[in-house]
Amino acid sequence: MNLHEYQAKQLFAEYGLPVSRSITVNSAADAAAATAQLGGGRWVVKAQVHAGGRGKAGGVKLVESAAEAEEYARHWLGRNLVTYQTDAEGQPVHKILIEECVDIESELYLGSVIDRASRRIVFMASTEGGVDIEKVARETPEKILRASIDPLAGPRTFQGRELAFQLGLTGKQVKQFTETFLGLARLFQDLDLSLLEINPLVITRQGELNCLDGKINIDGNALYRQPRIREMHDPSQDDEREAHAAQWQLSYVALDGNIGCMVNGAGLAMGTMDIVQLHGGSPANFLDVGGSATAERVAEAFKIILSDDKVRAVLVNIFGGIVRCDLIADGIIQAVREVGVTQPVVVRLEGNSAAEGRRRLAASGLSIIAANSLEDAAQKVVAAAGGAQ
Amino acid sequence: MSVLINAETRVLCQGITGSQGSFHTGQAITYGTRIVGGVTPGKGGQTHLGVPVFDTVREAAEQTGADATSIYVPAPFCLDSILEAAAAGVRLVVCITEGIPTLDMLLAKASCDAAGVRLIGPNCPGVITPGESKIGIMPGDIHLPGKVGIVSRSGTLTYEAVRQTTDHGFGQSSCVGIGGDPIPGSSFVDILALFEEDPATEAIVMIGEIGGSAEEEAAAFIAEKVSKPVVAYVAGVTAPPGKRMGHAGAIISGGKGTAAEKFAALEAAGVHTVRSLADIGAGLSRATGWQSALAGGK
Repeated sequence: MNLHEYQAKQLFAEYGLPVSRSITVNSAADAAAATAQLGGGRWVVKAQVHAGGRGKAGGVKLVESAAEAEEYARHWLGRNLVTYQTDAEGQPVHKILIEECVDIESELYLGSVIDRASRRIVFMASTEGGVDIEKVARETPEKILRASIDPLAGPRTFQGRELAFQLGLTGKQVKQFTETFLGLARLFQDLDLSLLEINPLVITRQGELNCLDGKINIDGNALYRQPRIREMHDPSQDDEREAHAAQWQLSYVALDGNIGCMVNGAGLAMGTMDIVQLHGGSPANFLDVGGSATAERVAEAFKIILSDDKVRAVLVNIFGGIVRCDLIADGIIQAVREVGVTQPVVVRLEGNSAAEGRRRLAASGLSIIAANSLEDAAQKVVAAAGGAQ
Repeated sequence: MSVLINAETRVLCQGITGSQGSFHTGQAITYGTRIVGGVTPGKGGQTHLGVPVFDTVREAAEQTGADATSIYVPAPFCLDSILEAAAAGVRLVVCITEGIPTLDMLLAKASCDAAGVRLIGPNCPGVITPGESKIGIMPGDIHLPGKVGIVSRSGTLTYEAVRQTTDHGFGQSSCVGIGGDPIPGSSFVDILALFEEDPATEAIVMIGEIGGSAEEEAAAFIAEKVSKPVVAYVAGVTAPPGKRMGHAGAIISGGKGTAAEKFAALEAAGVHTVRSLADIGAGLSRATGWQSALAGGK
């Protein structure tokens, strides 16, 4: 789960990290009022969406009057912001962050992730802030400094100090950076984050550190113990079909092709998409119906797959381990009838009670195309969708 | 011979009275696994599935001499269950549960390493040595005792590989599901090392997927340390970047962890890769020269 910048900064402030004074609004009138409330003569207005690249897309602006702030808010609220990280439709803007302006002396990068290879939380810092950090990592990896948190010892002060000196910080900035590092590490652990990024972490003309942007992702597996974070969730930023699927405990990801896929197991679902492509077809989606594919969930899965009007044929691939294929077959028959599926459906059943499952499909009177192997299934569904491309 | 478990392995089940633990442990007993007891706090002294239930793993381990445990408790309690098993001195911990917070796994993994305990999973089908013992949720009947070691991040893909190696008549020495989470207790490298040492394993099937760098690390290890033929498949060629594909660990992030990179690394290490999931059995034939039991070798 992702948070908005304004939510991240609210958490930063609670953890004693340096952030600018700001107000978050959801109307143009409030935007004008916020400038007065913050005072001063220049403010930064920022559209709140779950995507990077907002600056280049026009979603971040420096304004010098209440009228300008109001105009910006009127323009963006209710509209979609398209950045290089969003799809062609973009993400809806429902909130705008209005922030005091700071004078920037230099820009640093500070972020942390769970590093899978070392199995630790790893902090990364760089003097190359404000730019695409993945590009820095690729082209000049020596400019990325690292500190790895021992899961048994936790984050230590010396690690923050080391990073600060390596970044070339001096005087009070060393202490301020170390405290920021420790605060972020605490935040990461307390709130079960999976990614945290401050890009840029700026040094102001006055010599103070300031977290100018904030990106936070939270581990979905840990949401059960983060009730407050759950409440921060903004469903308007989610893909509608993916969110709907998740309510049915179906894992769904939309793709661009025309062959709908329904599979049990995440690995097999990916493998099925791949074999469809290998035979010249183009998968329309990833969909894992999970280990206990009941008739109800199979029906819902059909509805979700067919809500994509590009879909020309559907491939159902089930390897019955513990689940029985005859029961899955009943689910498929019921779903095809109930949902009124008109597209060709190719079904491959393998494993537990597969023969009986195939018999029931054949006896159903529905135009379900039975496949006797994975390869056969891929060939048949590609043909049913109009042939290889 | 086999890896991790055999007919002698004495196995506990943590969460034996829960629905998952009860069902799959019943299946394991039917398969022939030597289940010696279960643990459910507060239900000590009862008998379930014909084996004694204990309040604590320590007590269970002391009384039964268990050397392995399977964990089916709900995700919020798994960290504690893993640490309890490690503290009780159980040498092999197989955690089936899906949905454990990643920070819990960092701690579980570090603690198991420190205690010298081998952790398999979580979010995995478990471990099976066909004809001898199974710990986990895999269907026993698709397996055939034999000579191929299978290691995989995915449950259903493992079953596909098992089915094909059974149909071709090669069979399996042992199959290990390492799980689909970002922080698994054991990696490909850990299991490849066991298969390389195991006399019963003559060839290895490795099934990877997008996300992380475990396949690349495995490729480097194979190039240096593995003498047996390895056939590998990687799922997710068609997966878009930045999207989690079901498994918590199956995500291409920052342009890293693609199937193409993994295939390239494995091929550079001399691994026999197959691009089609349906081709694992035939790939093994090609890599080993073994005659398939199927007509036409397919």
